[in-house]
Amino acid sequence: MGVSLKWTRVVRAQPRSRFQMGLRSMSPAQRREARWGLIFISPWLIGFTLFYLMPMIASLIFSTYDFKLSAPEDARFVGLDNWNRMLFHDSNVWEGLRITFTFGTVSLLIGMTSAFLLAVLLNSKHLLARNVFRTLFYAPTMVPLIAAIVIWSRVLNPQTGWLNKIIESFGINAVGVDGLRWLDDPNLVYFAYTFIGLWGIGNAVLINLAGLQGVPTELYEAAEIDGAGWGRRLWKITIPMVSPIIFYNLILNVLGLLQYFIVPWVLNQGNGYPEGSTRFYMVYFYKQAFTFQNMGYGAALAWMLFIVALIITMFLFTTGRSWVYYSSEER
Amino acid sequence: MAKRSGIEKPLSSYQAARKRRNLLIQMGITLFALVVLSIYTMPLGYGVMTSLKTKDQASDPQGPVIPSEALQYEYEGEKYDVVYVPTDDGVQKWALIKPTRRVSQFIDINNPEAGIIEWEGNWRALEPVFETSFQWGNYKEAWETIEFLKLLKNTFIYAFVTMIGTLVASALVAYGFARFKFPFRNALFMVMISTIILPPAVTLVPTYAFFVKVLNWGGSWLPLIVPQMFGNAYNVFLLRQYFMTIPRELDDAAKIDGAGPMRTFISVILPQAVPALTAVSLFHFFFAWNDFFGPLIYLAGSRDLRPITVGLTEFNGLYRTEPQLILAAATISMILPLTIFFIAQRVFIQGIVITGVDK
Repeated sequence: MGVSLKWTRVVRAQPRSRFQMGLRSMSPAQRREARWGLIFISPWLIGFTLFYLMPMIASLIFSTYDFKLSAPEDARFVGLDNWNRMLFHDSNVWEGLRITFTFGTVSLLIGMTSAFLLAVLLNSKHLLARNVFRTLFYAPTMVPLIAAIVIWSRVLNPQTGWLNKIIESFGINAVGVDGLRWLDDPNLVYFAYTFIGLWGIGNAVLINLAGLQGVPTELYEAAEIDGAGWGRRLWKITIPMVSPIIFYNLILNVLGLLQYFIVPWVLNQGNGYPEGSTRFYMVYFYKQAFTFQNMGYGAALAWMLFIVALIITMFLFTTGRSWVYYSSEER
Repeated sequence: MAKRSGIEKPLSSYQAARKRRNLLIQMGITLFALVVLSIYTMPLGYGVMTSLKTKDQASDPQGPVIPSEALQYEYEGEKYDVVYVPTDDGVQKWALIKPTRRVSQFIDINNPEAGIIEWEGNWRALEPVFETSFQWGNYKEAWETIEFLKLLKNTFIYAFVTMIGTLVASALVAYGFARFKFPFRNALFMVMISTIILPPAVTLVPTYAFFVKVLNWGGSWLPLIVPQMFGNAYNVFLLRQYFMTIPRELDDAAKIDGAGPMRTFISVILPQAVPALTAVSLFHFFFAWNDFFGPLIYLAGSRDLRPITVGLTEFNGLYRTEPQLILAAATISMILPLTIFFIAQRVFIQGIVITGVDK
C-alpha cells in the first residue's frame, strides 16, 4: 500500500519514535499484519479525524470568533471575548449549570438507587416467574422517549392524571389546583422529570443484574453462617462486589445528565417553565448555537460543557479508587 | 405432609416449617414485584386507556377510568339518555323520555312494552348509565393528522440505511482491533473508547456550520446519515469483545486454505458472530428510532423529511387540547419498537450486558 509506505517514511525522519522502533523490529509477516489491521480500522480512523478531531479543533477556533451563521462574511476574530463573556458576564451560563447540577443530583440519586434495588429484586431467588418480570420491567425502556414524555406529561396532570388519583386514594390531598402540580411547581418539577427518566433505567438494571449474578455465592453462605442479616449482606458484600458496575453506571449517567435537553425541550420548548427552573445548560446552548445561530459563542459554551464533563469524570475516577472494588488486578 | 412418591422421604416437621416459610417469602416477594410493576407501567395503561376515550372524557377529571359512553336508548325513532332510577324494586335502568321538574316520564329499557312510566322526583339528581365504548376512531384520526405513514417511512429509511452503514464499518474496525497487531493499537483503542465521554455538543457547532454552509446539506438527511458510516465506539467495542471469543483456530484453518484477511472476515468471523451483529443492529435501530437532536437541527423547516420523534413533538405542541389524539399517536409510535423487543429480547439483553459488564 502506497499510503502506509509514505507514512512510514515520514515517521522515519523522527529518530526516536515508538512507531519506527516497532517497525524496525517487525518481520515482513508482522508488517503485513499491521497493514491489514490499519486497513480494517481505517473507517474509524477517517471518521474520527473528520467528525471528532477536526471539529473539536475547529470548535476551539470558532470560540475565538464572533460568527453568525446567517452572515458568515462578517465573522471576526475576538480573542477570548466569548470566554470572558461566558465565564464572567453571562448569568445564564451559571444558572444553567446550577439547574443541571441540582436536577442531576436528584435524578442520579433516585435513578441509580431504583436501578440497583430493582436489580436486587429481579435477582431474588424467591421471585417466581423471574424472566417474565425481567422482560416486563425492561419494556418501558423500549418506549420511544418522546412517546414516554408525552404520556408522562399527562399522567402527571394534577386533575386528570392517574398518579395524583393513586396518591389521593391513600388519603393524601393530591388532585386539583391545591394538590401536587408536578410540572407547574418549581419544587416538584425535578421529581416529575426524574419519573420520566425512570422509564429509561432498563439498561442500568440489566447491567446491575449481570453484576449481581457474578457475585460468588460462597461469600453469602459464609456471611450467613456468621449470622449476617439481609441488610448487612447487601451492604458488606453485594454493594462492594458490584461497585465497578455502579461506577460504570454512575459515569454514563453523569455524562448523560450534563447534556439533559430533550425532556424540557419537548415539554416547554426550553422556555424554562415553571419559573425558569428548567433552563438547563444544554437548552441555553441550543438557543445560542441554533436558534440565534451564534456559532462562536455556541462553540465556547460547548467547550465549557466538555471541560466540566472532563473535570467531573476525572474527579469520579480519582475518588472511585477509594470505593470501587476490583477483585482481579488486571483491571 | 403427604407422601407423593415412594422415593420421596416424609419431611420432618422442621423441614415442613421451612418449606412453608419459603413459600410465604416467595408469595410475598412476587406480590411485591407485581405491585411495583403495576405502578411502574401504570402510565402505559393510562396512555392506552385515554387514547380510546372521547375528547370530553379524556379531559374530564371525574371521567371514568375505562373509556365509556353515556348509554342511549332508541324509542319511537328518538334517542334518549338512560339513567339509574331508584324505585321500590331497587335501582332500575330507565330511559328518560320527558324530564319535568316534579314528575318525569321514563321507559324501562328491559321492558319497553310496559310503555311510559311516570316517576316522582328530581330527574337532575339521577346518574347517567355508562357503557364501555372504545373510540378506535382516535387512532385513525391520529394516524391521518400526524401523517404517520410519511413519518414512519422517513424514520425507517434513516434507521435502516444507518444501521447497515454502522454495522459494516463497526464490524470491519472491530475485526481490525480484535485480530491484528499494529503499532499504537491499544492507544488507538483507548482513544476510541474515550470518545464515549465526549459530549456531542463539542463537535456539533463546526460540523453543523460545515454541513449547512459549505456542503449546503441543511434540510436533507445527509448530515445525519454520513457521519454514521464510520462505526462508533459502542458498537466496535461490543463486536470486538465478541470476535475475541471466536477461536483463532478457525482463522488459521481458513488461512491454510488460502483465504486472505478479508475472506476470513466474511466467511469465518461474520457467520460466527451473528448474535453480536444482531444486537448491534437492534441497538442502532432503536437509537435511530429515538434520535431527536440531529433531526431537530438539520431538518428544521423540512416537514416532509421529519422522523417520528420530531413529528410527535410538533403534534404534541399543536394539539394540546386533544389529549386522546396525542396519546393515540404516542401509542402508535411505540408499537414497532416494543414488538421487536419482545421478539428479539434474548439477543438484545445479552448485548447490553456484554457492553456494560466487560468494560
